[in-house]
Amino acid sequence: MNTPDLAKLIFGRLTLEAIPYHEPILLGTFAMVAIGGIALLGLITKAKLWGYLWKEWFTSIDHKKIGIMYMVLGIVMLLRGFADALMMRAQQALAFNGNPGFLPPHHYDQVFTAHGVIMIFFVAMPLVTGLMNYVVPLQIGARDVAFPFLNNFSFWMTVSGALLVMASLFVGEFARTGWLAYPPLSGLAQSPDVGVDYYIWSLQVAGVGTTLSGINLVATIVKMRAPGMSMMKMPVFTWTSLCTNVLIVAAFPVLTACLVLLSLDRYAGTNFFTNDFGGNAMMYVNLIWIWGHPEVYILVLPVFGVFSEIVSTFSRKRLFGYASMVYATVVITVLSYLVWLHHFFTMGSGASVNSFFGITTMIISIPTGAKIFNWLFTMYRGRIKFEVPMLWTIGFMVTFVIGGMTGVMLAVPPADFLLHNSLFLIAHFHNVIIGGVVFGIFAAINYWFPKAFGYKLDAFWGKCSFWFWLVGFYVAFMPLYVLGFMGVTRRMNHFEDPSLQIWFQIAAVGAGLIALGIGSFIIQLYVSWKRRDELRDVSGDPWHGRTLEWATSSPPPDYNFAFTPVVHDSDAWWQMKEHKAERRTEGYLPIHMPKNTGAGIIIAGFAFVFGFAMIWHMWILAGLSFVALLVTAIGHTFNYKRDYYIPAEEVARTETARTEELANHV
Amino acid sequence: MSAHAESHDHHDDHGHDDAPHSTMKGYMTGFFLAVVLTAIPFWLVMDKVIPDSRTLAVVLLIFGAIQIVVHMIYFLHMNTKSEGGWNMLALIFTLVLVVITLSGSIWVMYHLNTNMMPGMTHDMTQQVKNLP
Repeated sequence: MNTPDLAKLIFGRLTLEAIPYHEPILLGTFAMVAIGGIALLGLITKAKLWGYLWKEWFTSIDHKKIGIMYMVLGIVMLLRGFADALMMRAQQALAFNGNPGFLPPHHYDQVFTAHGVIMIFFVAMPLVTGLMNYVVPLQIGARDVAFPFLNNFSFWMTVSGALLVMASLFVGEFARTGWLAYPPLSGLAQSPDVGVDYYIWSLQVAGVGTTLSGINLVATIVKMRAPGMSMMKMPVFTWTSLCTNVLIVAAFPVLTACLVLLSLDRYAGTNFFTNDFGGNAMMYVNLIWIWGHPEVYILVLPVFGVFSEIVSTFSRKRLFGYASMVYATVVITVLSYLVWLHHFFTMGSGASVNSFFGITTMIISIPTGAKIFNWLFTMYRGRIKFEVPMLWTIGFMVTFVIGGMTGVMLAVPPADFLLHNSLFLIAHFHNVIIGGVVFGIFAAINYWFPKAFGYKLDAFWGKCSFWFWLVGFYVAFMPLYVLGFMGVTRRMNHFEDPSLQIWFQIAAVGAGLIALGIGSFIIQLYVSWKRRDELRDVSGDPWHGRTLEWATSSPPPDYNFAFTPVVHDSDAWWQMKEHKAERRTEGYLPIHMPKNTGAGIIIAGFAFVFGFAMIWHMWILAGLSFVALLVTAIGHTFNYKRDYYIPAEEVARTETARTEELANHV
Repeated sequence: MSAHAESHDHHDDHGHDDAPHSTMKGYMTGFFLAVVLTAIPFWLVMDKVIPDSRTLAVVLLIFGAIQIVVHMIYFLHMNTKSEGGWNMLALIFTLVLVVITLSGSIWVMYHLNTNMMPGMTHDMTQQVKNLP
């Protein structure tokens, strides 16, 4: 066997040419990432933090720490996804009058694909999953999720997927197909390079994590609620989390199957979605939207729950229409499966099919509208405190209603024939995703941060962040509505008509304002950490909250609650405060806890190697890593040292210290 | 309250309480049915008992559906009361979604094929074949 053959056997299609050292933008990015990365690793090594990180965080199966790690992942990936957004806005603002801009089409197409994929799968998904992970067990009075190890494994699978996307930046390239990779463009004939394979494997690896964490949280909510918490006494955030995770469990297998069919087309020479030999690319579009529409509700339902908690807390009132809120959530859950075709009205299914899905789409806005009115009526005659989470909530209500109305416009098939694939659509879905999901995430971070870290976030920088985001959003996306009406299509690299340029320049200014918003948020984190002693909250209940997570200390002890609370009301903690429930100070029992394990991160590491090897056709490495993955997973099942007891004395010590602290400060 | 403190350890031993574990007889019945329900479709295909491929596909799908029910009852021990009714609820929800997804996809794809791929439909191919 000669050398080229051997190299091909080991490295597959990976050659030195795959490293984009001839592209200055990528090279610069790589240099920055490398320097930053080395500096970070160096700092961690210098501070001797590796052992701490490994023992206390990476191998932790505490739902609170995993939740925080999800949030960190989401925020880091937000920076990457937003860098893509800035590049696109700058390119479109420049590329007029024969100026080609700074991104050639080949690169530009990767940027918009990566932006979409990252923002949905590696920003929005980790952020909502992180929130649910952190808050749900506390809200239902549980000590952890139902399957703590699985939780850790799910997180690391998500990280592996994110790492694969990041690797595509520096080794090879990413897909140039748009974020859903429609065939035949994503087929082997049109995209023979590794881009689509990066897409497929990063989503498959992360998808395993998402599905498992969905199963985990459904089991947690169904089986581990505190005594007395019947379904109709669950906090609304827990309700929306339950519906979200049911959607995840039901929808993600469709995505997995759909991507498996696409990878069979690309790897095994099948013809599911090809143009000839009986393939049908329209089937891919149909299948992926059967997952894709529930996916948008997977993102937005949890933040509906967040807003429900925040509105009632800061209005000092019980949530208006609790039951209708629950029914609306469940109705949305089911209806979200009946509207998928509105994503491809123009593919040609004809009048009967289009009218059916147009009408179902309009119907789904009814429960959503009911929610908006419930929040408004909760605020009506409430003693509203305009803290930062409440600002985000009000910003959401105004912005989301606009996005919802443009959505109903798009739901009318004849209107969709004019507006589809235009910047109007882009403006619409950013309107609901930024105005809904992103605002909700920031509201939630500001709301629950004191619970997770024991001190509030700085309000001044929080307000800066909010106003920059809010104004920036309108400046960036209202011009896109205008451009959409003028018929400008999405994903364009450069333009001929100079009269359009001013709108793109305004939009670029808006993106700059959003950048200031993100910057303010980072500063807010830093300033709050510097001022943590002033911002400290010892009560564990800084906002005068209503649900059980505020009943324990901030940050909560490993075991969350020394005694499992008994629930009599949907606002359980509020009811306890009203009845002046006494803090129990004796009768502690040893607490049964799960033990940390490194199996999750190791298996996910092998999954990353497997994905990378499959992308580059390194069959030997792929085989080896897959076997290693299976062996580690099976080996872990023989690990019987999975649990330990926190002795009663230690619980007593922690709780007595807490009782004293409360007595001294309140 | 302390009575509830232990309720957390409850998830360690669930599965022993409400869901009835099947007996040897149950497993054997399930196994026998599963084998029969696999053997019959195999025979139908191998011996080409039903000449019309469309009818054959429908028959195979029906056998597949019965097989699913057998597995759920005898191997997964599902009934209307297990896990406090949650299993039944999940099953009904799944059925609703599967029916929506399958029937919806068939409906949508039928229209798409008719409108957008006239060359692919059966009668058009027939017309092309009939050309002199």
